[in-house]
Amino acid sequence: MLPVKEAGTTIAVATQNACKACMPLGACLAYRGVEGAVPFLHGPQGCATYMRRFLIGHFREPMDIACSSFSEETAIFGGSADIHTGLDNVAKAYHPAMIGIATTCLAETIGEDMGLMLHQHAEKNADKASPLVVAASTPSYSGTHADGFHAATCALVNALAETDAAQAGRADVVCFPNMVSPADLRYLKEVLADFGLCHVLLPDYSETLDRPIAGEYERIPKGGVPISAIRGAGAARASVTLGSAFRPGQHPGAALLAKCGVPSLSVGLPVGIRGSDLLFQQLEDLAGKPTPEKHAAERGRLIDTYVDAHKYLYGKRAVVYGEEDLVTGIASFLDEIGVVPVVCASGGRSGGMAEALSATVSMQRGDIQVLEDADFVEIGEAAEAAKADLLIGNSRGFGLSRRLDIPLIRVGMPVHDRIGAQRIQLLGYRGAQALCDRIANAVIARDQERSEPGYMTM
Amino acid sequence: MEPQETQIPAANSVLEQRRRQVATKGNAHGDIACETKSVAGSVSQRACVFCGSRVVLYPLADALHLVHGPIGCASYTWDIRGALSSGPQLHRMSFSTDLAEMDIILGGEKKLYRCLVELIDAYRPKAAFVYSTCIVGLIGDDVEAVCARVSQEKGLSVIPVFSEGFAGTKKDGYKAACDAMGRLLGTGSTEGISPHAINLLGEFNLAGETWLIKDYYRRMGVDVVATVTGDGRIDDIRRMHGAALNVVQCSGSVMHLAKGLKDKFDVPFIRVSYFGVEDTAKALYDVAEHFGDPAMMARAQTLVREEVAAVMPELMRIRKDLAGKRAAVYVGGSFKAFSLVRALRMIGMVTVLAGSQTGSKEDYRELEQICDPGTVIVDDTNPLELCAFLKEKGCDLLIGGVKERPIAHKLGLGFCDHNHERKKSLAGFVGMLNFAREVQSTVMSPVWQFIPRGRPASQEGDASCSP
Repeated sequence: MLPVKEAGTTIAVATQNACKACMPLGACLAYRGVEGAVPFLHGPQGCATYMRRFLIGHFREPMDIACSSFSEETAIFGGSADIHTGLDNVAKAYHPAMIGIATTCLAETIGEDMGLMLHQHAEKNADKASPLVVAASTPSYSGTHADGFHAATCALVNALAETDAAQAGRADVVCFPNMVSPADLRYLKEVLADFGLCHVLLPDYSETLDRPIAGEYERIPKGGVPISAIRGAGAARASVTLGSAFRPGQHPGAALLAKCGVPSLSVGLPVGIRGSDLLFQQLEDLAGKPTPEKHAAERGRLIDTYVDAHKYLYGKRAVVYGEEDLVTGIASFLDEIGVVPVVCASGGRSGGMAEALSATVSMQRGDIQVLEDADFVEIGEAAEAAKADLLIGNSRGFGLSRRLDIPLIRVGMPVHDRIGAQRIQLLGYRGAQALCDRIANAVIARDQERSEPGYMTM
Repeated sequence: MEPQETQIPAANSVLEQRRRQVATKGNAHGDIACETKSVAGSVSQRACVFCGSRVVLYPLADALHLVHGPIGCASYTWDIRGALSSGPQLHRMSFSTDLAEMDIILGGEKKLYRCLVELIDAYRPKAAFVYSTCIVGLIGDDVEAVCARVSQEKGLSVIPVFSEGFAGTKKDGYKAACDAMGRLLGTGSTEGISPHAINLLGEFNLAGETWLIKDYYRRMGVDVVATVTGDGRIDDIRRMHGAALNVVQCSGSVMHLAKGLKDKFDVPFIRVSYFGVEDTAKALYDVAEHFGDPAMMARAQTLVREEVAAVMPELMRIRKDLAGKRAAVYVGGSFKAFSLVRALRMIGMVTVLAGSQTGSKEDYRELEQICDPGTVIVDDTNPLELCAFLKEKGCDLLIGGVKERPIAHKLGLGFCDHNHERKKSLAGFVGMLNFAREVQSTVMSPVWQFIPRGRPASQEGDASCSP
């Protein structure tokens, strides 16, 4: 059991058991969703290794992240030489179409001029067919892994999207899916295809981070959004961004609008019926046709599931934590099934979570506590005070789940204590169906385990 | 799995700047190159100075461990290792000053001070360690001064750990951790310590391994003063100079502390390993020999006889399954690789590749000596190299850490986790049996029959590392 602090003391400054990871991790994940790309950290070796360990533990897939491997000399004289050598070595070993650079706090603190260095690198290699290089500024002290993910997505848009007339008509819609699971990405592609919409999903690690086994270690896993498709995104009819917790300058739809004039539509992360309806409504408008029967039927089955589950769930009190958009989406879904999201917490601090929650959750239903920039000790205290019945979030809540003796329904990232994290579904009618089953069964299983006679019916 | 026909040797997958960091036994020209910074753009499996310090000090369960820097370093090291404590659990919390943009501009000293004070008040630790991360040195925080001030005000040791990530390799982090513990040496009373008392160094109590080893020594009539750092306590480190002998495992991580104890307090040390039947028995005999007590030696012999007898029958059954299978070993410290080569031999397996992230020239010489001819030896390798060699040598098993697991699995090979995150005890005689069972469970699994093998040449695209 983890220790609990002395009664009467407060921790106001230190972060204890963080509910977030750092920016470059999110950026590397986003780059993994581009076809032929290798993520590259400009900074010390340890950062790359820690992030690889975190992502490999979650996806249980290879995640090669190259690194300029800063040394003491680099910190004094700058990392220009390491960038050139590093990019050349990655080009030689991986033959990538693109190298996606994320900066670390160390690189940013010594004031590395990435623009200049990449310009010099391009000049040096002018005679060679070298890979495209895209860089995002992602110092750890400026935000969370979610912010890093959005920063890299915007960097890809800003570097690649073109308004070129030759690209016109190639894509109807660009979807910015947010940091969701490979299974959710596959689902989004299926929905877009079923609407007959020619689409670009940016980023798309649905295949790269959930690969069929091939008996080979692929240098760069197959899949990802093609670079040509990102270029063509500038000529799309519209973009649809999922989520709303973006820091200034990190909304990918806004970036595409600013660069190429593509109209930007936004919906919250579509978890549950109301959230999914908003997305499907946008797609109906874009496609000029009603929701395909397959998805209408899934919506119907979802409502049927809500009815089957409602009595077990009514009035249950849940703590939801993780990335801000994930928390807002799940809280909105819980509100549909009669579960009160008594604590909605995130390590993120975009500042918009409370507002987004009050727009989607009937806050008057109970005392709903919104915690921004929170850590797991704060979440634990809030959960205890709120007499929570269940936890919904990543595996880092396991200690809390054990201490409070309440079930943990695993969603988000990381899930380091179960297999199958890459296939956890949340989005759309199908995702809500899976989530509703899991939550209801967690409650039912708990009552069953606690029942003395040990009945086998409900 | 048989070696595959290859046209391009795996050595071609080695980056030019890394050629001297790879050798084949029987074919080597001089020492392997090692202990260098990782080549830029090579996907090294190494960590950093901070990681080295963090893993060595982490198991000290009654200390406060505060990571001074932006959130990543603390977030990635929260309770990820399996070091158990029989009492306090404070080490399993992750504390960070979580520096944000303004702290970088204005300096982090004030925030560090406030964090230390409130955390010490709230958790009442026996001591506090403050880990400097990369940017702390750059922004010029005087961590030493803040620690001294809090030490004075709160009346406990607040110790800076100079572990800026970029300033060397994981090994330098081990040294920084030993320097930090060094400040505690000799500050406690040695009263009541028996003449037959030892310290266990480099034993981290993963899955309770320290408890198992301590019990072996107890049965031999040997007391243990301090365990560094598995199930470790601050007060034990303060008095560990009163022991008669330091028994050092995992030589890389705490050798510096053992040397300090020898120089300052004249306590000798020996190097041991508790991995594998032979190595464990040798460790116990070496300790008994040191004390020169025939009764103790007799007890050690009885213990070894009983323990070996208890595990041998099943080990031999498993050996029948595994005989002739081929293994590759890539671990953090090279000392562990020596034991693994011997342990694999005991269950009938052949090691065809061995390497480590941080081995020294002497380590690699010793490794070469215990390996069979033809074994590939690598320092600081990367996924592409490793997989090229795995395929060329034809392996059934890779032993490594979490980052190596998908390499093995994607190639369709068994994998055994031998790093600090594991939850199963692999030390001592029982540990050898656990190890054999784990190897058997992965090498003999029926799932590998479904892995697609030998794709037609036309499909051997550029995108794979297949030679």
